Parts: sequence; C-alpha cells; structure tokens
Amino acid sequence: MDLLAKLEILADAAKYDASCASSGTEARDSRGKAKGIGSTEGMGICHAYAPDGRCISLLKILLTNFCLYECAYCINRSSSSVRRARFTVDEVVQLTLGFYRRNCIEGLFLSSGIIRSPDYTMEQVIGVARTLRVEHGFRGYIHLKTIPDADPLLLEEAGRWADRLSINVELPTEAALKDYAPEKDMGGIRRSMGRMRQGIDAASERTRPGAARPPRFAPAGQSTQVIVGADPSPDRAILRMSSNLYSSYGLRRVYYSAFSPIPDASAALPLQPAPLLREHRLYQADWLLRFYGFGVEELATDAAGNLDLVHDPKLAWALAHREMFPVDVNTADREALLRVPGLGVKSVDRMLTVRRHQMLRMQDLARLRVSLAKVSPFVVALDHRPAQELDSVRLSQRLAPKPRQLALL
Amino acid sequence: MQSIILAHEVDFAGWREAARRLALDGVPPEQAHFSVGEPDDLFAQGESEPAALQAGGSFSVSRALIELAQTVIQAREPERFDLLYGLVWRAHRGERRITELVTDPGVQRAIRLAQSVRRDTHKMRAFLRFREVCEEDGTRYVAWFEPDHYIVEANADFFVRRFATMVFSILTPYRSVHWTGAELRFAPGADPAQVPDDDALERYWRAYFAAIFNPARLKISAMTSEMPKKYWRNLPEAAAIPELIRTAASRTETMLETKPMPPDDQTPPRRRVAAPKPVADPIQPGSLAALAEAAAGCRRCALWEPATQVVFGEGPEHARMMMVGEQPGDQEDLAGRPFVGPAGQLLDRAIVEAGIDRREVYVTNAVKHFKFEPRGKRRIHAKPDLTEIAACSGWLVEERRAVRPALLVMLGATAARAVLGRTVTISRERSRPMALPDQFGSNAQGLVTVHPSYLLRLPDEDAKRREYAAFVADLKQARALLEDAVPA
Repeated sequence: MDLLAKLEILADAAKYDASCASSGTEARDSRGKAKGIGSTEGMGICHAYAPDGRCISLLKILLTNFCLYECAYCINRSSSSVRRARFTVDEVVQLTLGFYRRNCIEGLFLSSGIIRSPDYTMEQVIGVARTLRVEHGFRGYIHLKTIPDADPLLLEEAGRWADRLSINVELPTEAALKDYAPEKDMGGIRRSMGRMRQGIDAASERTRPGAARPPRFAPAGQSTQVIVGADPSPDRAILRMSSNLYSSYGLRRVYYSAFSPIPDASAALPLQPAPLLREHRLYQADWLLRFYGFGVEELATDAAGNLDLVHDPKLAWALAHREMFPVDVNTADREALLRVPGLGVKSVDRMLTVRRHQMLRMQDLARLRVSLAKVSPFVVALDHRPAQELDSVRLSQRLAPKPRQLALL
Repeated sequence: MQSIILAHEVDFAGWREAARRLALDGVPPEQAHFSVGEPDDLFAQGESEPAALQAGGSFSVSRALIELAQTVIQAREPERFDLLYGLVWRAHRGERRITELVTDPGVQRAIRLAQSVRRDTHKMRAFLRFREVCEEDGTRYVAWFEPDHYIVEANADFFVRRFATMVFSILTPYRSVHWTGAELRFAPGADPAQVPDDDALERYWRAYFAAIFNPARLKISAMTSEMPKKYWRNLPEAAAIPELIRTAASRTETMLETKPMPPDDQTPPRRRVAAPKPVADPIQPGSLAALAEAAAGCRRCALWEPATQVVFGEGPEHARMMMVGEQPGDQEDLAGRPFVGPAGQLLDRAIVEAGIDRREVYVTNAVKHFKFEPRGKRRIHAKPDLTEIAACSGWLVEERRAVRPALLVMLGATAARAVLGRTVTISRERSRPMALPDQFGSNAQGLVTVHPSYLLRLPDEDAKRREYAAFVADLKQARALLEDAVPA
C-alpha cells in the first residue's frame, strides 16, 4: 500500500478524537541550534480549519488501525470491516517533518490501535516520538496517546518525549465502559492518569539550587475525551466525572465528543448521532465549572439530569435563580459578576479595571463588547435598572435563540 | 502645525523620538501630524538624528503604553501615529494609567487596532505555507502571504525561532524576508509569481485535510469564522473544501443507511446503564496478599467509584506493631500506598524520633478508599461517615487476624472508632494503654493518639511544636509498651 493511501486510512481513523490542542507547553526554539527544527511558545496555533469547524493544529494520525479490542463505539474495533493499514516509524517521522517544514502543523498527535499487547503498542508509539526528538532534534509539539496500564517505565519514557499525554475515558461510568468496551477498565485508566499526574507534578516542582532537576514529563499536562450520547448517561453523570478528573488528576482538558455515526457501526449503538448542541452545552458547563465557580449540582438540573438545550447553562441557572439579580456592575464582586449571563471572564476583569477609574454605564459595557440585550435584564448600571423583566414569565422565551429558518434541500 | 515624516510604516524608533520631543515641547496632538516618507525608505540606512535624542531630556510612560504602541504601529491605518501621540500626550499630562481606561474612545480605538494586528499576526503564523525549492546550493523554502497589516518585520523573528536551520524566504506585497540560516534580511515587496507552483507534499497535505474532516459534523460557519475565504487562495488544502462540503450530506446519509453489523456474542447488549450498586460479598480470611487482592475490587460502600484505587495496608506479615489511620489522602490514592503524603512524611519523622523502625510496623487505614470533594484542581478531604467505616471494618478485622500485632496504635478518632466500635474523644483517651478485646487469641494492647494530619492543620507554630512533641511521646510510649510485652 502506498503512503498516500495509508495516510488517508490512518487520518480517517483518528478523526474521532476531538483534541488538537498544541498549547500550554514549555517554550523551546531552534535559534542558534546546529540541527533540529521547531519551536513552541505557549500559545497553540491552528494551521487550518476543516469544514466541520475543527481546528487542525497537529498531524493527528494512528500508527495503525489494526486493533485487538472490541469497543462498540470505535471505527477501528476488531470486528469492523474498515480498511486497515500500518505506518512504519520512519513514515510517520518523515510526514511530520515534511508538514512541519511547510508550516502546516505544530506537531504530531499520535495514537494507535492495540496490536500484540498494550506494552508492545506503547513501545511503537514511543519509538516515533524518540526518533523525532533524538535523531531529528524535533522541537515541535508532540501529543501521545498512552495505553492504560502499560508498564510504568514506558509511561515515564513517553512523558520524556511528549508535551502532552492522554488516555481517553471514552464513557462516563465504569458500567458503561464495561458494556461498550469490554477490554478496557476504568480502574486501569484511572491508575494511569494518577501515575501521569505524579510524573507531571514531580517534573514541575521547583528544585532547590544544586539539586538534580527532575526528569522532564509532559509539560503540557494530560487530557482525556468522553463520547457523549453513545450510552444513556445523562449530562450530570458526565459533568460529575469531569469534575472528578479535573480535581483528581489535574487534567488540562476534558474533551466531549458527540457520538457521531461511524461506517460499519455496531448494532449496540444508537442509530442517530447525538445532537452537536448537547456537546456544545457540555463544553459551556465545563467552562463554568473551571472558570466561573459553578458546581456540578447547580447545573444539569432538569429531571433527567441533563442540561437545558434551549438556553446556555449560565442563562438557565440565572433564570432559575432570579432572586440573585439584578447585580450592580459598579459594586458587585468578581464572583457575582461572573454569574451574570453575557459576562465572560475577560469582560468581568476589564470591568473591574475600569471601575477603579470611573462608574460604569451601559455604554461602557457596550464598548467592552458586552451584548446589552443579553445582560440588561440582569444588571444595574449607573444609568440602567432593569424594568420589571426579571419577574416576567416571558423573559425565558425572550432570551431563547430565534428559531433558525430551515434550509431547503 | 508640526509635520513629522517617518522613515517607513513601522518606524517605531522615529515615532517614539518625535513623540517624546513634541510632548516635551508642549505641542498638543491637534498641532502634530505624522506621516510616512515617500518612497518607503527602510533601506536608506538613515539613522535617526542624534541631535533629536538630546532635545529637552525625557519622561517616562507606562510599559503597557509602550507595548500597545509597538503593536498599534503595525496597523494599516494612516491615523495610528497621531492616535498614539494623543495617548502619549495624555499620559505625559497626568493620565499615567491611561491604558486601563479601556472604555475611553481613544484608548478603545488603539486597543481595537492592536487586537486586529494580533489577529493578523496569529493568522500569518497559522496560514503561511512554505514550498520547497531545490536550488544549486541547497533547499530553500519559499512562502507567499498577504497580511492585512504591516506585521512582517515584527513577525520575522517567530519564523526564525522556528525554522532557524532552514533557508527560507517569505514574500508579501509590501515586504520580503530572507533568512540565510544565519542572517535575516528585509527587502521590498514581491509578487506571487516568484513562488514555485507546487510541492510534492501538498498532495499529501490535501489528502490529510480531507481525511481528518468528519462529514457528519459539517459546520461551515465555524470554519469560515476562523479561516475566512480571503486566506483560501494561498492555502493548498483549501482546494479540497468545496467538494468536501458538497458530498458531506450524502456521505453521512450512506453511513446511516448502511445496515449495522449483526450483533455477535461480542457485542454488548443494549440496556440502560444503571449506576453500579455497592457489592458486599462476605470477606474471607486469608493472607495479607490475598486480602489485598480481594480488597482491590471492593464495593461495599460508594467510595470506590470516585477514587482511583483501594489503598490497602502495608508492612510485615507478623509485625508486632500495627498503626491504623483514618483513610488514604490525595497522594495515597494516586500511589496506591498508605501514608506516603504529607501526613505520612510527618509520621515517618515522628516514628524515627521515637526510635521505632518503620519497616517493622504494619500501617493501614480504617477506610481504604479516599473520600473527597472535588474543588477545582484539588480534592478536599472529606470525613468518612459511620456507614463507610462500618462497611470497611471487615478488612481491618482480617488484617488484624492475619498480622496479630501485640500493639495496635490508633491514629485519630476514625481509627479508634473502627477498632473499638464506639465514639472516642481523643483528648480524653490518648496515651492510655488499653487491653483490646481478645478476638484472635492474642493479648493485644491498644493505644490511642492523634492523627498526624491533625498536626499539619494546626495554625500556629507553638501549638504545632507542642503537639508534635506529645505525638512523639505517645509513639515512644508505644515502643516501650512493646518492649515490655512478651513476644507472641
């Protein structure tokens, strides 16, 4: 099989992984270096966007899509009739360097189907990273998918070459994982995440002068992905899992991937894709958990434990807690401002800065690019007091997004 | 009216010099006008007049204003120099923290321009594509890019940092950059015809772009808001976009219509996934290794699910001293071993001071899963309740049966509760040896003391020292008790 065909198969096989981040790692560059190539400067770069709106930052491929495992949601499961291929280490290395030199990518995101054994697979994946770093002096970004319960020594080496490591939890509960991915086990996944956190913590600890520096370990941290809508878990179960993972293993990100139909699907799966809007709401809720001081139990409060699909989670919370509003933008603390629908972290911080110099009017909020239509029912400003809106039963309706006109096919 | 002619579009040094002089001379912004000389004489090598530098001394403005000005000066906006001078003027006249007035129309205008420049800079780093050209003396990488603003000079260093070991040229309509591998050179603008047509690897990049696209998630506006069409003509992969969009719906349809694979015995049944219930199989007596293995799957209470793993006891099979703590903490949960976190380290220190060999002690916990509340990036310890202590007590009973210690040291109230089966007030019962109910045919003694984490939580240093000394004294007492006891 020629390289082009392999690339097509093994990129296609990798596209269900949402993560493409290339941010948050240490700063490196190639200036003044005799050999090698590449740099990382903290902020990631999206070099292209596919028509699905997703950023293309890394060359995201599988080393092989042959797989011993039988995970129902996965296009590469052993019983699938999908075309199979396997890259050699050198092929991946040459593609990565070739695309990198043309400024198409920030680096490589390498994953793999499980072949022979978890340890063998892990060794192959690490082999690519080692060759890039050692033989070619590659200083771009490397994200490696790690295999649960692979030998701790292999994990240690993966952390030495990679900027980011990840293991996908795939499903929100242990029971769901057992049902849909019989060879995977939540305990093994979590033990590996725990080990990665230990490595990351140790490497980032400030050492005393003169003491040996701890070995480098995944400076861009770890992340994971969960598939939404393949199993019946409600949003609350998913968010509880996320908040557990963030607190337990210091994950940089949990990615949510709406279950999307795959060719040659297993009969165990739902026939229809999960709504992308549900995925979007989960990301919004995830943000509220991490940056806005919300708790899981305040969100996803409908009877089934799902997020409101009509209103975004913050607005839904505000509509259910009208007694907390209006909030005075000139006197409220940061915490209260962050709970106002329509105010983001950036606008809130800017408002706090401006407040040191002057009182805020609605016009000032508009200059900070805050949507006045969104915030006006919830705030008091020097020249504004919401009318009776907060008591109105129609408020919820008025703030719902306009139904979009259907396109003719 | 004072007219200032700058050397070129991003002549920051020239602007700064003139702005300083004007402000010191008391020339208000309405009386000054900046423009760029014709022709653009970046290459005239005309250094700024040294005389100007000395004119009338200097004054300082905030670092933030300088940084804002360095960015804004790159904007393709003829008024930018005057706008920036207006800000300098105001800063000089007393508005020291002018950049914080983000709702002020002038400041806001500058911030908008800076944002636009930063976005353009970011897009240049993202969407510029090199093509490989083989030349007589080696390989050169050549790119054509059309920036909105005058960002090439400020951006050149980014490409050098990244591609320092390559020889490359970046051509744009107003400026070119050439990097020889050692030296950076700027030249006038170029035209796209100077860039080679194709590169063998572009076919692969297009194939990758097409394959990584998921047709079931078509979201064109999300793509075009980040990658507007104006960039497409210089992106090799963009040629694939129309076809990908056109066929997305039919590809997805075909996928959904294709009959799913018949379920075989490997495929899981479709059922509602219910929350797994705690399981309480009776605990069988056994060796420590067998107990640890059995405990790993323990679901006798709900604590197993949020935790990483069971943390079982550790130590010699026939230790004469057993120490029981409350429950594993954050570090123990990750490591799968008891007393390795901060409280464990404190315990180690106290043990050494008391003259006890830790290798001869069996250490364990009353509850073997970590109970916590997630709080952002941290886990906050939560106290195990009576049902959890009771659910876990069977393991402790079996550990005691297997080890048969002569002395059992209970660290804190939870441990005492688990061992003695009643509520214990530490301050009342500590340091007082007690006979333990003879369950396993040994004459074990018990001793209650504080949990080391209690010492870590004490706020003031005096109390810490006092309590630590009392803790060590308790441990010394434990050692003495063992020395007096007849070996089993």
